[in-house]
Amino acid sequence: MQSEVPQSHPVLAALAAWDSQSFTSWSAALGETLIWVTPARIVFVCRYLRDEQGFERLSGLSAIDRYPLEPRFEVLYLLHSIARNIRLKIKVALPGADPVVPSVTPVWEGANWYEREAFDLFGVRFEGHPNLQRILLPENWEGHPLRRDFPVHGHKYSYQDE
Amino acid sequence: MSDLETNTAGAVEPEHEAAPGTTRRMVLNMGPQHPSTHGVLRIILELDGEIIRRAEPDIGFLHTGIEKQAEALNWQQVVTLTDRMDYLSNLGNNLAYALPVEKLLQIEIPPHAQWMRVMLTELSRISSHLVWLGTHALDLGAMTVFFYCFREREDILRIFEMFSGQRLMTSYIRIGGLALEPPRGWQQAVRTFNDALPSKIDEYEDLLNTNPIFLRRVQGVGQLGLDRLLALGVSGPMIRAAGLAWDIRKAEPYSSYEKFDFDVPVYQESDVWARYRVRIEEMRQSQRIVSQALEGMPGGPWKADAPKVVLPDREKMKTQMEALIYHFKIVTEGFSVPAGEAYVPTESPRGEIGFYVVSDGTAKPLRVFMRTPSFGNLQALPALFEGHLVADSVAALGSMDFVLGDVDR
Repeated sequence: MQSEVPQSHPVLAALAAWDSQSFTSWSAALGETLIWVTPARIVFVCRYLRDEQGFERLSGLSAIDRYPLEPRFEVLYLLHSIARNIRLKIKVALPGADPVVPSVTPVWEGANWYEREAFDLFGVRFEGHPNLQRILLPENWEGHPLRRDFPVHGHKYSYQDE
Repeated sequence: MSDLETNTAGAVEPEHEAAPGTTRRMVLNMGPQHPSTHGVLRIILELDGEIIRRAEPDIGFLHTGIEKQAEALNWQQVVTLTDRMDYLSNLGNNLAYALPVEKLLQIEIPPHAQWMRVMLTELSRISSHLVWLGTHALDLGAMTVFFYCFREREDILRIFEMFSGQRLMTSYIRIGGLALEPPRGWQQAVRTFNDALPSKIDEYEDLLNTNPIFLRRVQGVGQLGLDRLLALGVSGPMIRAAGLAWDIRKAEPYSSYEKFDFDVPVYQESDVWARYRVRIEEMRQSQRIVSQALEGMPGGPWKADAPKVVLPDREKMKTQMEALIYHFKIVTEGFSVPAGEAYVPTESPRGEIGFYVVSDGTAKPLRVFMRTPSFGNLQALPALFEGHLVADSVAALGSMDFVLGDVDR
C-alpha cells in the first residue's frame, strides 16, 4: 500500500520511506488526506511527523463512534503544520469492547484536554495520559454520552437529587 | 494528622494541618461564579503567599451536550446550535459549520453570498473584540472603556437584528448561503457604523495606551513562548502576539477572503500588552474589510443554486409545483448529505474554529466534532498562571479571551 503513495503527497511518501509499516492505508478526498495508523505505532508516527515533517500543532483530537459497526471507535487526530501550511488527518481504529490507545501527550502537550474529553464522552482510554479523568461531566457521572447507544435525552428524568 | 484527598479536577490538596513552624500552600477557589473569569470557569489555585504555585481549571459548568444534540437534528437545524457555542461571534460559528457541509454537498456559493458572509463575519469579529476589550478593561478597573465598547456593540447588534430579526443568536449564515434576503437599507446602517468606528477605536486607545496604571498591569504579564503556546494547542491572537504571523484567513482562505486586502498584526512580546495591541489592530483591519465589502459587493443571488438543499423563493414555492415539492421535502425530511468527512478551519476572533462533520449519507449528521479555539487556548492557563502573582492572574486570563460556551459546548 505504501508503494502506491504518489509523489503528490510528499508527507505520506516521506512517512512510508521512514517506516513502511507506519500507516496501514491512506486516502485523499476533497483536498484532505487521511492515514490509518495502528495503536502500537501512533506515538512514533506522531513524533516523527512533529519532528521531521514540521507538524508543530495538533489542531484537534476526538473520536467517532460507529456503533453498531466494528471496529467501533475511530480516534481522530487533526495535525497541522503552520510552516508548511498543510494539514493531515490520522485515524486509529479501536474495538468497542476495550478501546485503548497510547496517549500522544508526550508529543503535543495540548492533546491533554482533548484526550480527557474523548475519555469522558466516549470512554476511550489513553494509556500514559498524566491525568485521565472526566473533564466536562461530573466525576460521578455514569456512562459516556457521545456514544451512539446513549440516548440524547439521557438515562434519567431528573439529575437533581444527586 | 494529615489527610490527602483529591478534588474534582484531580489535583491533590495539600495537607490540612501543617506541622508547627512550617508553611503550607493555601488552596483558593476562583469559583465558577466570579466576575472576572468571563463565564463559568472554576480555577483551583494553590498559593504560596502571593505566588500561584499551581492552577487547575475545572470546566464543564456550561456543558450542554451540543455535539450530542447535533446528531439528533437535521443538517440545517444544527446551524442554530452553532450560534450558542462561541456566543460572542455567532456568525463566525455559523460559517465555520456551513463550509464543511457545503464541501461535502459540493455546492457553489454565489459571490454575493460569500461577500455578505465575509462582511457579517467581520462585524461579529468586531463585536467580539469589543466585548473582550470592554470586559478586560473592566477587570483592570477601567469602567469607561466598558461602557464605550458596549455602546458601539449596540450598533452592531442592531445591524444583526435588521438582517435576521435576532441580536445575538442570528443563525443567519446557513448551508447554501444566507437565511433571508438582506433587508432594504442595510448598506446605510453598516456604512454609518463602519465610518464611525475608527475614531471610536482611537478613543479606546486614548483611554488605555498611555494610562500608566493600565500599562503597569499589562506589560510583562502572562508571557509565554511561542513554542510552548503551539505545543499547548493555542491559536489565534495569542500566537500573533508571540511573533508568528498565522491567520487562517490568509493561510487557508475561505469564502472569498482572498479577494480582500487586510493586514495581519503581529507583535513579539507575547504578553497581555501585545495581545491587547493585536486585537485593537484586528478591529481596525476588520473595519477595512467591511469597507471593502461595502464598496465592492457583487450583486446576484444570496443563496446557492441547489434545489434539493436550499429552500426556493417564496413566490416560486407558491406558484410552481416543483418548487413546492422541493420545499416540502426539504422542510419535512431534510436534505441528505453524501457520505464522507470534511473539515474546514476558519479564523474566529479567538483562534482556529472548525467543524469536523461526518456524514453517513442521511439527513442527520453522524458526528460533528467542534474544534473550538477556547478549549485549546484554555489549556495554556496553568502555564500562564503558575509562578506569577495572583494579582496578575486576572489580566492574564482576560488576555486569553476565551468563551465558556466554546470551551464546554
